[in-house]
Amino acid sequence: MEKKFDLSVELCGVRLDNPVVPASGTFGFGREHNEFYDINVLGSISVKGTTREARFGNPTPRIAECRSGLINSVGLQNPGVDAVIEHELPELRKIFRKPIIANISGFSVEEYAECCAKMDKQEQVEILEVNVSCPNVHNGGMSFGTQPEMAAEVTRAVKAVTTKPVFIKLSPNVTDIVAIAKACEEAGADGICLINTLLGMRIDTLRRKPVIANKMGGFSGPAVFPVAVRMVYQVSKACHIPVMGCGGVESASDVIEMMMAGATAVQVGAANLKNPYACKEIIEALPAEMQRLGIESLRDIIGIID
Amino acid sequence: MYKKDIYKIIANEPLTRDVWRMVLEGDTQWITHPGQFVNIELEGLYLRRPISICDWDDRSITLIYKVVGRGTEQMSRMAVGTTLDVLTGLGNGFNEAVECEKPLLVGGGVGVPPLYHLAKELIARGRKVSVVLGFNRADEVFYAEEFRALGAEVYVSTVDGSVGVKGFVTDAIAEAAIDFDYFYSCGPLPMLKALCGATKVDGELSFEERMGCGFGACMGCSCKTLTGNKRICKEGPVMKREEIIW
Repeated sequence: MEKKFDLSVELCGVRLDNPVVPASGTFGFGREHNEFYDINVLGSISVKGTTREARFGNPTPRIAECRSGLINSVGLQNPGVDAVIEHELPELRKIFRKPIIANISGFSVEEYAECCAKMDKQEQVEILEVNVSCPNVHNGGMSFGTQPEMAAEVTRAVKAVTTKPVFIKLSPNVTDIVAIAKACEEAGADGICLINTLLGMRIDTLRRKPVIANKMGGFSGPAVFPVAVRMVYQVSKACHIPVMGCGGVESASDVIEMMMAGATAVQVGAANLKNPYACKEIIEALPAEMQRLGIESLRDIIGIID
Repeated sequence: MYKKDIYKIIANEPLTRDVWRMVLEGDTQWITHPGQFVNIELEGLYLRRPISICDWDDRSITLIYKVVGRGTEQMSRMAVGTTLDVLTGLGNGFNEAVECEKPLLVGGGVGVPPLYHLAKELIARGRKVSVVLGFNRADEVFYAEEFRALGAEVYVSTVDGSVGVKGFVTDAIAEAAIDFDYFYSCGPLPMLKALCGATKVDGELSFEERMGCGFGACMGCSCKTLTGNKRICKEGPVMKREEIIW
């Protein structure tokens, strides 16, 4: 009696069993969530953002509660690309059999290219996601993602060192998201991932100082979902490359909405922190939601909104 | 290992003006060491609230929390019978098996609770346990009698001198000339620092930080130590004194 629902999608030739992918920075290298459930149910994983050198990141406090979300200012803490390749990826391979997405950040065009060249050689990495948008780091990712020509320069440099699909992950903290996405597409990007966090701030009114040590940080969570849907819609209409939608997703219904807006795959971020089972529960809820909406294959609804 | 489960509130009452005790009923098998914590989902708040575990048995968890913000204020209004979504078994906890004969437990304010089950464990192992509890005023004191009932030697300090030794926990330790060969501590950072300044004995200390997830995924609560970067929620909250960078 059970009807068969097709959850699979294809991203630049990479087949995912389902479109649900934990977003970089909310899932580490998979180990912590794998203690709660078998993470092989996921479509893929976008692993923790990696830089050339090891980074401790920003001072604490790095986290602030918000209405319907949180601000984080982790500052790209990671052990550096060599340690990620030597230690983290082999550990992840032991618990996760599917293709993964390497997330790369950098402070110069050369650093992006160097890290991507190293990740390109890793068999389990099938997609490179280049973060030109992290709002946490001074003199860092922010500037690349806010100017079309800079985003394009990073895209070209990365494309020159890899044959794997390159997704550019964009910041929403810009005046014209379409101009930046189109610049990346013209520079050879294979896909666009959006949105990264929105720059935000909270103040502790009793102590009269910012909650976050770095004063500002990236706001994410269900509150940003409408912004993400809007930007996924705009970019997917303007570009001819696939979009991974990200921002405030916390239910199967959100996944479908994001796909109707134009996303081929959907990343889940903050929800993984609040509910460690978030991705698993969303994937399990998708068939019932597809039945309710009369959807047989998720591929049929990608970008169906005019 | 840690686990997410549903727990029922079977008690929730004030111990002082702003410190409450809540007892939850449910699966406790994931709690393995005193000093671990739980992370509680609360209606209308995005992030869970981490609370240290005061005590536990086969089917109940005792939490003692201070009302300091919206989350804990909401907890204080919860009726017996309410259910909560809780992550348990988080953090490393204290090492109750350390070789020592006469450990000293030092708690400051709402840092006192995680030492309670530790005292139980240490006394069960035949250790001679001394406990120093520091508070601001007499009306803030809680659990001194509970520690005494376990068989610990208990000393209290208050900043205003309204009960016990006037001053800080370090004043109480000095005044009573407490003899100890290891220490365990939880409390405000200045207290932990003063304690380490006042003794050369080995020990371990429990730290606090604002957390995102509570189980090691977000890197929100990282700190630097002499043995590398650690996550307060995962490799902590308890650190050995020799690895701490003050």
